[in-house]
Amino acid sequence: MTRAYIESSLKDLAAALATKTISSVELTTLFLDRIERLNPVLNAFITLDREQTLAMARAADARRAAGETAPLLGIPLAHKDIYCTLGWLTTCGSKMLSNFVSPYDAHVVEQLKRAGMVTLGKCNMDEFAMGSSNESSYYGPVKNPWDIRRIPGGSSGGSAAAVAARLAPVATGTDTGGSIRQPAAMCGLTGIKPTYGIVSRCGMIAFASSLDQGGPMAKSAQDCALLLNAMAGFDSRDSTSLDRPAEDYTRDLAQPLAGLRIGLPKEFFAAGMSDDVRAAIDAALAEYRKLGAKVVDISLPNSGLSVPAYYVIAPAEASSNLSRFDGVRYGYRAPDYNDLADMYCKTRAQGFGAEVKRRILIGTYVLSHGYYDAYYLQAQKIRRLIADDFREAFQHCDVSRCICPTSTPFPPASQACRACPFPAASAPATCRSACN
Amino acid sequence: MQWEIVIGLETHAQLQTQSKIFSGAPTAFGAAPNAQACAVDLALPGVLPVLNRAAVACAIRFGLAVNAAIAPRSVFARKNYFYPDLPKGYQISQFELPVVKGGELTLLVAAGKPGELAYEKTVHLTRAHLEEDAGKSLHEDFHGKTGIDLNRAGTPLLEIVTEPDMCSAAEAVAYAKALHALVQWIGICDGNMQEGSFRCDANVSVRRPGAPLGTRREIKNLNSFRFMQQAIDYEVQWQINEIEDGRAIQQATVLFDPATGTTRAMRSKEDAQDYRYFPDPDLLPLEISPAWIDQVKASMPELPGEMKVRFERDYGLSAYDATTLTASRETASYFEECVAAAGKSRAKLCANWVMGELAARLNEADLGIAASPVSSRQLAGMVSRIADNTISGKIAKDVFDALWNKAGHDADSIIEAQGLRQITDTGAIEKLIDEVLAANPKSVEEFHAGKEKAFNALVGQAMKATKGKANPQQVNELLRKKLAE
Repeated sequence: MTRAYIESSLKDLAAALATKTISSVELTTLFLDRIERLNPVLNAFITLDREQTLAMARAADARRAAGETAPLLGIPLAHKDIYCTLGWLTTCGSKMLSNFVSPYDAHVVEQLKRAGMVTLGKCNMDEFAMGSSNESSYYGPVKNPWDIRRIPGGSSGGSAAAVAARLAPVATGTDTGGSIRQPAAMCGLTGIKPTYGIVSRCGMIAFASSLDQGGPMAKSAQDCALLLNAMAGFDSRDSTSLDRPAEDYTRDLAQPLAGLRIGLPKEFFAAGMSDDVRAAIDAALAEYRKLGAKVVDISLPNSGLSVPAYYVIAPAEASSNLSRFDGVRYGYRAPDYNDLADMYCKTRAQGFGAEVKRRILIGTYVLSHGYYDAYYLQAQKIRRLIADDFREAFQHCDVSRCICPTSTPFPPASQACRACPFPAASAPATCRSACN
Repeated sequence: MQWEIVIGLETHAQLQTQSKIFSGAPTAFGAAPNAQACAVDLALPGVLPVLNRAAVACAIRFGLAVNAAIAPRSVFARKNYFYPDLPKGYQISQFELPVVKGGELTLLVAAGKPGELAYEKTVHLTRAHLEEDAGKSLHEDFHGKTGIDLNRAGTPLLEIVTEPDMCSAAEAVAYAKALHALVQWIGICDGNMQEGSFRCDANVSVRRPGAPLGTRREIKNLNSFRFMQQAIDYEVQWQINEIEDGRAIQQATVLFDPATGTTRAMRSKEDAQDYRYFPDPDLLPLEISPAWIDQVKASMPELPGEMKVRFERDYGLSAYDATTLTASRETASYFEECVAAAGKSRAKLCANWVMGELAARLNEADLGIAASPVSSRQLAGMVSRIADNTISGKIAKDVFDALWNKAGHDADSIIEAQGLRQITDTGAIEKLIDEVLAANPKSVEEFHAGKEKAFNALVGQAMKATKGKANPQQVNELLRKKLAE
């Protein structure tokens, strides 16, 4: 019985709640108990608040009793700790925000609350989303539930581990340079980095504003689509939010694959890919072919420049975005200092971890007088070339279905598919059995 | 040896919008500290800027008013530096692509020393761009600590930058005054300098005639025209002395101390900050359509330059009069109301009174023309009585006084009640002159002895006898005639 619910799809959970086979409070308690038992090992959550969570579940049950039937009403989920949540500690995995209780909800959080979802807790993450192993968190590393000696990937590693270990049915994540796709791959999940502008960034603590995008992490494409339906939407508080009619991301899920052209970028299958990853992709492609899809070779000639461009643009924006953490108004402040400059230096030296400091330094450097043209401007030009590559490639295959390995070797990671505004998904190709 | 002075000004004008440039918080002045700072102004984690359309409309208005190009596409950039009253650690401004490019402002530079003439000067603008204001650091009342008030943080500013076109402190002040009047005229800034709504930085350098531009020093935060004049005068003399003593000028930012009347270096070029400008990824490029510009254009008032030309043409005023009367929208409309009531043929007389007695009295009482105790209609009524010879210009001052002090509701009733009507009856004046001549034989004697002064004394006696009511021209004529008899 319990087992069934923790493995259930959102659709099945919704059905169980709708038929009152289980209440939101019961379902939520099931996950809270499981978190209590397993989180000490996995460290997937930074903040849990049983009282607030159960209050939300009770409210969802009350809404249902009053006749409401929203598709996600009463279903619990976990939020990456990058989303501001009213009344909850919102740390972004950093000592800098270790005392920050948000006075407002992120747009995503607001939308999911309106949909009736219940917040189980705030998930661990690489500090300020900078990292791909979840080892840079001030709150300690997250363990991969499939093998706790391995990393879960990052930066949305807590969200990935939580869903993979069935501590939450679904979770929110954010992706700047692979932070949803890579941990999803490493934890055997499906994750989507939506098209930039689909999900509001309001209340999502900024790492690299022009790349940051919130998205769903789940056990299946269908769950991702359902969660994305609730996360997406125009937000007037985010100037880069796309003002266009709402879409139903589940609409094509049952569509047959016959005739679909799947683009295979040849550059992504170069040296460095481990045999088992290669084999898993080949097996997946064989399956697609069997279902009638056509696999076409495409080329993204500038993709080799995406990582260098990313490592200029993202730190540049981060160096500026993280300037607000100065100890003046909120967050951590060094206990002893002599004057203003000393307060800034000590606060930021003590409040930020090594990876964050490294990126702030790189970003500050590439924006500095005399280096801006050579680095930042150049990287922006490359970014345009990469986007052009994708536009060209989509002439030859159906948009949004270009298959590439999310992570070349098995755990530790390096990322591809960055620095472009197009949506990307990561689906499990390597892992099969569930743990625990 | 001759020195040439080169001055360029950067002015920050706070825009009169209801809410801030990137947030919905109100912009009113004087609220309790931090009462008008919302999550965006406090730079809480995760908040984002959204551009205020009204601030852009202000920039368009300004661009149109100075005949500048409005950029169809401009870009907001981040200016990065740390300061406690700069909550995000960067200021959102515009850098490479400003919203307004070019433009010019023509102004009247008043005569400085006796013997000099007022002259017209055109100052070219480099650009004007939108940006947000910072908060305020309060160093008093916190016992060695600093208080931060973020009410002002995010207030929209238009930074207006000139070419180095000005050659004296007088020109710089004249430009600043003209700009100050213009931004109020077009309704984009309240011009309140005490509250910091309009503040200037002056870039000053000196050079030998024909030599390349000298090294400049920037005087920051001049918030009164008087301080601007003093600061530039001092700075220019300081730079000349340095060079003449064989020292080179170092590029620096300086502050003017009104208490000592001197400028003092705040930071030198060596420790100038690298602001690491880059386009703000949170904001899309600002696109302004021709339709939007047309819409703003349709709502523009007649501009002072256009009005000046019309005053010269329609009212036959001199360029000087027309410029003076169009110094502010209030003055211009007061004058036009006055002319409308008194008649176009009396425009010059109206102008004289508005620029003369009225301006002096308002100045004395520290009042704006909008708060004038004498209304434009009252002044027009009085001017009409001067024009039709009911009263003399001299008596008019008494009538004006009475109006100013609310001793009567219009010129006619005051003239009637106080019996100020001018004596123009030739018979009455002749009789009066006869009496004066009889009573002052000594003056008559002196006049005949060739002392012209004695004539004036006799006129004075005649006027005194009528308490100034006799028509002075008639008194003069009849007295000459009588003395010649």
